[in-house]
Amino acid sequence: MQRREFLKLSALSAGALALKGSGPAKALGTPWHAKEVRSVYQICEGCFWRCGIVAHAVGNRVYKVEGYEANPKSRGRLCPRGQGMPQTTYDPDRLKRPLIRVEGTERGEGKYRVATWEEALDHVAKKMLEIREKYGPEAIAFFGHGTGDTWFVDFLPAAWGSPNAAKPSVAICTAPREVASQWVFGRPIGGHEPIDWENARYIVLIGHHIGEDTHNTQLQDFALALKRGAKVVVVDPRFSTAASKAHLWLPIKPGTDTALLLAWIHVLIYENLYDKDYVEKYTTGFEELKAHVKDFTPEWAEKHTEIPAATIRQVAREMAAHKPQAVLPPSRHTVWYGDDTYRMMALYYVNVLLGNYGRPGGFYIAQSPYLEKYPTPPLPLEPAAGGCSGPSGGDHEPEGYKPRADKGKFFAKTTAIQELIEPMITGKPYPIRGLIAYGINLFHSIPNVPRTKEALKGLDLYVAIDVLPQEHVMWADVILPEATYLERYDDLVAVAHKTPFLELRTPAHEPLFDTKPGWWIARELGLRLGLEAFFPWKDIEEYLNTRLQSIGFDLETLKGMGTLVQKGKPWLEDWEKEGRLPFGTASGKIELYCEKFKEAGHQPLPVFTPPEEPPAGHYRLLYGRSPVHTFARTQNNWVLMEMDPENEVWIHREEARKLGLKDGDYVILVNQDGAREGPVRVKATERIRKDCVYLVHGFGHKAPLMRIAHGRGASDTYLQTRYKLDPISGGAGLRVNFVRLEKAERPRLPALTGLAKRPFDERRI
Amino acid sequence: MPRYAMAIDLSLCVGCAACAVACKMENEVPPGVFNLWIREREVGVYPDLLVEFRPEQCLHCENPPCVPVCPTGASYQTQEGLVLVDPKKCIACGACIAACPYDARYLHPAGYVSKCTFCAHRLEKGRVPACVETCPTGCRAFGDLDDPESPVSQALKAADRVDVLRPEQGTRPKLFYLNAPSKRGLTRESEVRHD
Repeated sequence: MQRREFLKLSALSAGALALKGSGPAKALGTPWHAKEVRSVYQICEGCFWRCGIVAHAVGNRVYKVEGYEANPKSRGRLCPRGQGMPQTTYDPDRLKRPLIRVEGTERGEGKYRVATWEEALDHVAKKMLEIREKYGPEAIAFFGHGTGDTWFVDFLPAAWGSPNAAKPSVAICTAPREVASQWVFGRPIGGHEPIDWENARYIVLIGHHIGEDTHNTQLQDFALALKRGAKVVVVDPRFSTAASKAHLWLPIKPGTDTALLLAWIHVLIYENLYDKDYVEKYTTGFEELKAHVKDFTPEWAEKHTEIPAATIRQVAREMAAHKPQAVLPPSRHTVWYGDDTYRMMALYYVNVLLGNYGRPGGFYIAQSPYLEKYPTPPLPLEPAAGGCSGPSGGDHEPEGYKPRADKGKFFAKTTAIQELIEPMITGKPYPIRGLIAYGINLFHSIPNVPRTKEALKGLDLYVAIDVLPQEHVMWADVILPEATYLERYDDLVAVAHKTPFLELRTPAHEPLFDTKPGWWIARELGLRLGLEAFFPWKDIEEYLNTRLQSIGFDLETLKGMGTLVQKGKPWLEDWEKEGRLPFGTASGKIELYCEKFKEAGHQPLPVFTPPEEPPAGHYRLLYGRSPVHTFARTQNNWVLMEMDPENEVWIHREEARKLGLKDGDYVILVNQDGAREGPVRVKATERIRKDCVYLVHGFGHKAPLMRIAHGRGASDTYLQTRYKLDPISGGAGLRVNFVRLEKAERPRLPALTGLAKRPFDERRI
Repeated sequence: MPRYAMAIDLSLCVGCAACAVACKMENEVPPGVFNLWIREREVGVYPDLLVEFRPEQCLHCENPPCVPVCPTGASYQTQEGLVLVDPKKCIACGACIAACPYDARYLHPAGYVSKCTFCAHRLEKGRVPACVETCPTGCRAFGDLDDPESPVSQALKAADRVDVLRPEQGTRPKLFYLNAPSKRGLTRESEVRHD
C-alpha cells in the first residue's frame, strides 16, 4: 500500500514537472554493462551463508554481483541481500581511516581524531602488551563475526594465548542445536544445515523462518520441495512466510515446542509407527526413551501447546507415512527459552524415529573438504571460538594457560559470548581488561545492552575493526576501518556440504580510502605483538597459494574457477560400504539417552518446562528476520532499506483494538525492566497469536553517523535486558522478555530517498 | 521473431525481493523509483489465512495503452513484444504514466520516463532478465510465448491456474501469475481487512 501511494505521488510530480515547460534536461549516461567490465570470483558477505558470486566492476566500483552455477551455495542465483550488498562498499557513511578516541573523552562520547595505521596499530599493540604483562594473555577477549573473523577469533587469539575468543553465532544462535547434535549424532549440524530438502516429501518446520530467512541454497531447496509436491507443516505462533506456503499451520503457544515434540515421539513409539530396523541398527537408548515418553500423550501436550491432540496425532501419523522422506529441519537460531538443548534433542529424536538421518529426504551427512593449514609453529592454544566441542564435555588447557572465563557456568565446551561480559565488570573468575571486536555488533547481538556498556566503560583497551560507524564502534579507543568484502581477499572458505567445497574471495578493486583488509590488520598486529613466527608469510596471495599447493592445487587456477568441489559421502550407505558409521558418539551409534548429561546433573532425556507467563498487560517478545536484511548490518544500505525501511511490531488485530491502536500507528515498546524502544510502527494483523508480539531483528539503530539506519524502527536486542542461560549449551535464551505498548508520535525522520542520493564523498570520518 | 513473456508462480514466491534488488542494481534504478516491486496482502481471519506475495512490474502488454498516447513516439513496442521507452525522444509529458493501468512507469530523475524493460540489454546477449536469473525460489519463468518448449510456455502449461492483472482493461498482458494462493485468483485490495 505504501509503495502504491508512493508511486502515484511520483507519477503526479512527474506530470507537474513536465508542465513547467521546456522539458527537463536529460543526462543519459552509458550504462555500466556497456562499459569495460572486469569480473572476479567473490564470496558474498550479505549474510553468513557465503554464496559464491561473480562481481562485475567498472573501475573502482562493483555494479552487479551474480551467483554462478558451479558454486554449490549460489547455483547461479542470489538472494536480495547478496544482490544489494555492493552498495555498502560505496556507502558515504563508511569508516574511511583509522581513528583514535580523543584523549580525555569518555567511551561513548564519539570524539575521534584521524590517525595513521602505524600509529593506530602501535597504540593497540602497546596496550595489549601492557595488559598481558599485568594480567596475562587471557585478559584480552576477541569477539568476531563474518568471513574475516578467522584472523581475529581463531588465529590471533590462539597465537596470542587467550582462550576468550567468541562469536555471537554460537551462544546467541546455534549453540543448543550444535551441542544436541554432537551428543546425539556425534557430528555437528554446521553452518549449512545438511537437509536433503529436494527429496523430502513431508517437512515439519518448528520456528524455522525459511522465506524470511533467505539463506539462498536453502530457499532454493525449499521451493524445489514445494514444486515437487512436498507437504509442509509449520509450527509457529506467527503465520510466517513459510506458514503461507504450508498445508497446515499449527499456531503453538510460545515456549511449548518441547511438549509437542515429546508427544510426537510418544505417538511414533506407542503406535508403532517408527522405523524399527533403523532404530535397532543405528541407535542406543531406545528403551529408556520409550519409558520416558510414556505419559507424554497428545492429550497432555494439548494442554500446554494449545494444539488439539487429534492434530498432534494426525501429523505424527502423516510423518510416519512419509518416512524416511519426512524431516524436521533444525532452525538456525535455537536459543529461545533456556532449555533449548532438550528441545533440539527431542527434535533429533523425532527425525531418528523416522529413520531419516543419513538417508535421502532427511539429513545428509556433511563432510568438510580436504585442506591443510598453513604450516606455522604449533599455536599455544587450539582455536575454539567456533565453539562446538566434540562430545567429551570437558576441555583441558595446556600448561600455563587459563581456562575460558565462562568455564563452569554451563556444561558443554561451546563458547558463550554473553558470559564473557560479566568478568569484564567483576574481574571474576579473573580480569578481562581488553576487547578486540571484529565485525560483531556488540549492542545488537549480546543481550543486556546496559551491562555490555558498563563492561566497555571499565576496560583498559577496546578496539573495533569494522566497516560502518555502528554505535558500539564509536565507543572504541581505536577504530580500524576494514576494507569491505569486495575489496579484499580472505582466507579460503571450506564448506562442509553434500559435496564439500572450497571457495575463494578475490578483490574486485583496491580498498577505497585508507582502509585495509582483515588479514593485513591481523598480521601487522601480530608482528607488533612478537608473534612473527606465526605470520611467516608476506602477503595473502602467498598464504593462500601455500594452502592450496598442500592439496595439489594453486591460487591462479582457483582464481579462474572460484570454487573447488570435492566428493562427499552424504548417505549412510556410503559409509557402510566402507564398513563404518559416521557417528562420533561414545557408542559409535545415535544416542537416544545421554549418560554424560546425567553424570553432570542434567536430564539424560529431554524434559519440558512450561514457560513463564507474560505479566498482565504484557506480550511475549518474539523476533525474526526480514528477507532483505542481515542482523544489524544492512540498515544503512539504501538499496535494501528501500525494500524494507523500518521494522513493525506485529500484534493481533483484536489486541491492537483493545489498546486503541490501528495498523500504521506508532508505539513505544516498554519491557519488563522498563527498557524503552521505538517509536515503531504497528502492524495489526491476524497473522499472530494474541499472547505475543513480533519484531524483525536488526532495526532501531542509535548510531548517529549511520544516517540512513538511525532512528528507524525498534531494536529487539535493547529489549532483551534478560536472558535465560541454557545450562547445557551455554546458549542465551532470548524469548523470555515481555513488552507492553505505549502509543507514540510518528517519528520525524529525513526521507530515505534524499539520504540515498548523497554523493559518495570524503567526510571527516 | 520471439514473443517474450514472463510467468511468476505465486505458490513459490516468498516476496523476498531478490528480483526487485537485482533489478535495481542491474538497471541502476535511482533511489525512490522502481521498475519492480512486491505487493503483499493478507486475507482471512486467524487461523484461516492466506498471504499473497506478488511481484509487479511492466506487463509488456500486447495492447499497451501507454504506446498510442505518446506524442513523440518515445514509447514503442518492439517486434519481440517488448514495450520500451526511447529516452532521447521522451519529453517527460507524463501521458504514458497516466495511461498505464498498472502504475508501472515513473519519471526517471534524469528527465525521461522509465520502467521495466524485461532487461532488453541482457536478452540481446541471450541472457534472461536479472529478476528471473536471481530468484532463489525459481518462481519466474521467461521466454518465447510462441515456442511451446520455452520455460514460460512450459510453466503456463503446467500451472493449475493462470491470472493476469486487470484483464478487463483489455491490455493483454504478457506477465502471467500462476497458481495464485486464493481460489478466487489474484487478491484485491477490497479483500484486505482494515480497521
